[in-house]
Amino acid sequence: MERDNIVVRFCGDSGDGMQLTGGLFSSLSAILGNEISTLPDFPAEIRAPQGTLGGVSGFQVNVGKGVFTPGDKADVIVAMNAAALKVCALGSKFNRQGATYNEADALFKSNAVVIVDTDSFTDADLKKALYTSDNPFTELGLPESVQVVPVALTNLTKEALKDSGMDNKAVLKSRNMFALGVVCWLFDRPIDKAIHFLEGKFAKKPALIAPNVKVLTDGYNYGQNLALSINQIRLTPATEQEHGTYTSIAGNKATAWGLIAAAERAGKRLFLGSYPITPATDIMHELASRKDMNVMVVQAEDEIAGVCTAIGASFAGDLACTSTSGPGLSLKSEGIGLAVMAELPLVVIDVQRGGPSTGLPTKTEQTDLMQAIYGRNGECPLVVLAASTPANCFDFAYEACKIALENMTPVILMTDTYLANGSSLWRIPQLAELPAIKPQGVPEQLKGKYNPALRDENGVRYNAIPGMEGFQYRNIGLERDSEKGSISTNPENHQKMILARQAKVDQVADHIPEAEVWGNAESDTLLVGFGSTEGHLKAAAKQLDCALLQLNYICPLQRNVGDIIRSYKRVIVCELNSGQLAAYLRSQVPNVTLLQYNQMTAQPFQVEEIVEYIKGL
Amino acid sequence: MTPQDYKSDQYVRFCPGCGDHAICAALQKAMAQIGVPPHQIAVISGIGCSSRMPHYLNAYGFNTIHGRGGAVATGVKTSHPELTVWQMSGDGDCLAIGGNHFIHEIRRNVDLNICMFNNRIYGLTKGQYSPTSPKGFVSKSSPFGTVERPFIPAQLVLGAGGTFFARTLDVDMPTTVDCMVQAHAHKGASVIECLVNCVIFNNGTHEWIANREQRAEHSIILKHGEKMIFGANQDKGLAVEIDPQTFVPKMIVVPADDPRVLVHDAHQQDPTLHRLLALMGQERFVDTNYQSQITNNELPVALGVIRSVEAESYDEAVNRQISDVREKSKAKTFDELTQTLERWEM
Repeated sequence: MERDNIVVRFCGDSGDGMQLTGGLFSSLSAILGNEISTLPDFPAEIRAPQGTLGGVSGFQVNVGKGVFTPGDKADVIVAMNAAALKVCALGSKFNRQGATYNEADALFKSNAVVIVDTDSFTDADLKKALYTSDNPFTELGLPESVQVVPVALTNLTKEALKDSGMDNKAVLKSRNMFALGVVCWLFDRPIDKAIHFLEGKFAKKPALIAPNVKVLTDGYNYGQNLALSINQIRLTPATEQEHGTYTSIAGNKATAWGLIAAAERAGKRLFLGSYPITPATDIMHELASRKDMNVMVVQAEDEIAGVCTAIGASFAGDLACTSTSGPGLSLKSEGIGLAVMAELPLVVIDVQRGGPSTGLPTKTEQTDLMQAIYGRNGECPLVVLAASTPANCFDFAYEACKIALENMTPVILMTDTYLANGSSLWRIPQLAELPAIKPQGVPEQLKGKYNPALRDENGVRYNAIPGMEGFQYRNIGLERDSEKGSISTNPENHQKMILARQAKVDQVADHIPEAEVWGNAESDTLLVGFGSTEGHLKAAAKQLDCALLQLNYICPLQRNVGDIIRSYKRVIVCELNSGQLAAYLRSQVPNVTLLQYNQMTAQPFQVEEIVEYIKGL
Repeated sequence: MTPQDYKSDQYVRFCPGCGDHAICAALQKAMAQIGVPPHQIAVISGIGCSSRMPHYLNAYGFNTIHGRGGAVATGVKTSHPELTVWQMSGDGDCLAIGGNHFIHEIRRNVDLNICMFNNRIYGLTKGQYSPTSPKGFVSKSSPFGTVERPFIPAQLVLGAGGTFFARTLDVDMPTTVDCMVQAHAHKGASVIECLVNCVIFNNGTHEWIANREQRAEHSIILKHGEKMIFGANQDKGLAVEIDPQTFVPKMIVVPADDPRVLVHDAHQQDPTLHRLLALMGQERFVDTNYQSQITNNELPVALGVIRSVEAESYDEAVNRQISDVREKSKAKTFDELTQTLERWEM
């Protein structure tokens, strides 16, 4: 069987190593030239009771060619236990008594291949997963078209490792490698490449290499013996990628690396002030381990101190950043306002999650847009960007730093859970090929005459840094005199300064590329989205044969956005909130009719649902 | 360097008679004595009367937002340890809205010189009680008197593991200057509680010790290595007595020639005695109903540097960790870093 792309979901207990297994399979596929898009889906609990429905952790990956999203529903499921099978078969209705398989709710298609570990379907397992009978497959009402492949994963793994001398617990932990071996066979992934890859993965724990390779190989060979019951799947190689060196990267890591690259290119030290918060914390983890890149990380006492230590570091001359999620962004509002008023460069990364309040910390949403644009006291303009793929988190983190340093303004970069934890192919750039960053400084001739109200021809204030002799000045969160730079309560001056700060943000639009439409530009229908919905909206636009405008620059908008929107007969703004982008666009591009497609399930879009909705308009 | 070199061109806007004028002058004097040039000094403040201070100093200054001066100062010092960083704050800015940053900058031992102006009132918002106002204090926001216990700043500093605590009085310029100079010399978070008078909303709050006639009897200026002697006639000394029943130690006043009179050791790591010293005479500042019992034997309020012990500062440690890692690591640039990835050609 040959397919363009195929969606695989690894599903098991949160301790079963599903994220690792899925990640290995994704990277392996990427190395073999497939496009990938991944979606980890884990519970908020760190360790729910083993074998229960609440503890099911999933990792979905779409591999092949023309891959825009992790896929709506899986073609292949690996279910490590009875609870995982139930969650995959019933989807959001897994907790509903008497619910049976229904393709609309399920996480896999009605013709999917379902690989299950039969050793994890004992009576005790069924009880923990709240089955009421001893035949889970009948109870779930799986249609006949679903092809169940029973594999005694646990016993086969034990058998594979019987001479290894490993204890039972360690042996059971390797079950995921057996499953991976079976899947590698199913997709005809060359086993030697998988082994080579595994060796690299465990390079720092050499004792683990041999047993894992053994289990993987046994799993692969087991698959060959299955050949009579299921067909292997061959994926069409990816369409031509730009030539280069690639890796697979998750959004949070790409964000962290974008900051690192920007700091080096700007000749600045990178400083991160941050406080742990899901799903942003991986950015801090990554940067804390990058002391080799001279990164300074302060794990602050709270979100406010996170942004305020960064503001202090910015005042002192570093490239300063803070990373957070929605609740943290709320706490940082006053600090961000200070950076706006003090006109200091600052990069704020908001990895959005389900809200409001604590909300759904591990789920994805685009509901912080209004907060990012407007969520501060006073007239408080700043730059807002949104990354749209895991890999381009790197590009927009870099761009956020460039804009902040060159324009003396805070920049909020929006990503979300989906981008943060998902991964995609990333062409690794050389630092020299990235755009130059020229941090705003101060002309030497201002020595002895400098004050913080002095601006360049773009309206960007000159910046002196402590340590520079003869440039001592006082920065403030109070209003400053537009000429002398000292405190001012003069009414006309206040208005003048509000306009100056707005003009400074507005002129950023002169230095960014124009917006481009994707897909069939000649269509009369335009989908508009921002940030992480890019993949889903591209897939939908392709099916609908219409145009797509996916925004990465939110504030200010690119100069031609208004013209693009006005040139389509029908414009549908699609977003994972109740219409925040639509409302913002109505204020920026007046007198246009914008239709809306909104989803507030704290899950990524389902391409089929968008397509159906728009066809029905 | 002279104090004049550290004055800015800004008109000083503290109220006439405010204690902050004196602290400002003392700081300029101390800076001249320390001799760090103005461009290598950063003065960070939050919001409040005290937080106006950066405007009046020739140095890099940042008058930030209410309560957050400590966090901003932590960022400045950590990223640029070569700068001398002063933090100006008040009892509201530091102990109420900024309480969390205050205890954590002390816990981390960030090398900052923190002047906490304690006038036991919110002045800039026109007279509300603060976290250091005595219980029963009548103000605009407590018309029937407060029912809250106040903080004693020294207790908070020592509780957070503070390595330096000094107390001074606005009207005592030499002690103030001396505390500032020693705070600068000390590596780590150095807290100076500056007792200041708010002439408008809380006039006379420190009269007990500020009054010229009473000061010598009601306060003691502690100096490391010197005997704890005080009184207008230098006839009183301080000693420790341990209750034989409860083993609770307490300070007592004894004649100056009593062999039990203690010698001040600010460098002692154990904070027990520093705490006893810092708490002396605080009763009247924490409760408006406090009645002086035996005036003659009442403990004096300790001024001067009460505690100054050595410990590694946060900024030093974290920067050293970075240079240690960098020394050992093969990858030092972005292009070298990307070589360490699992990567493939396409």
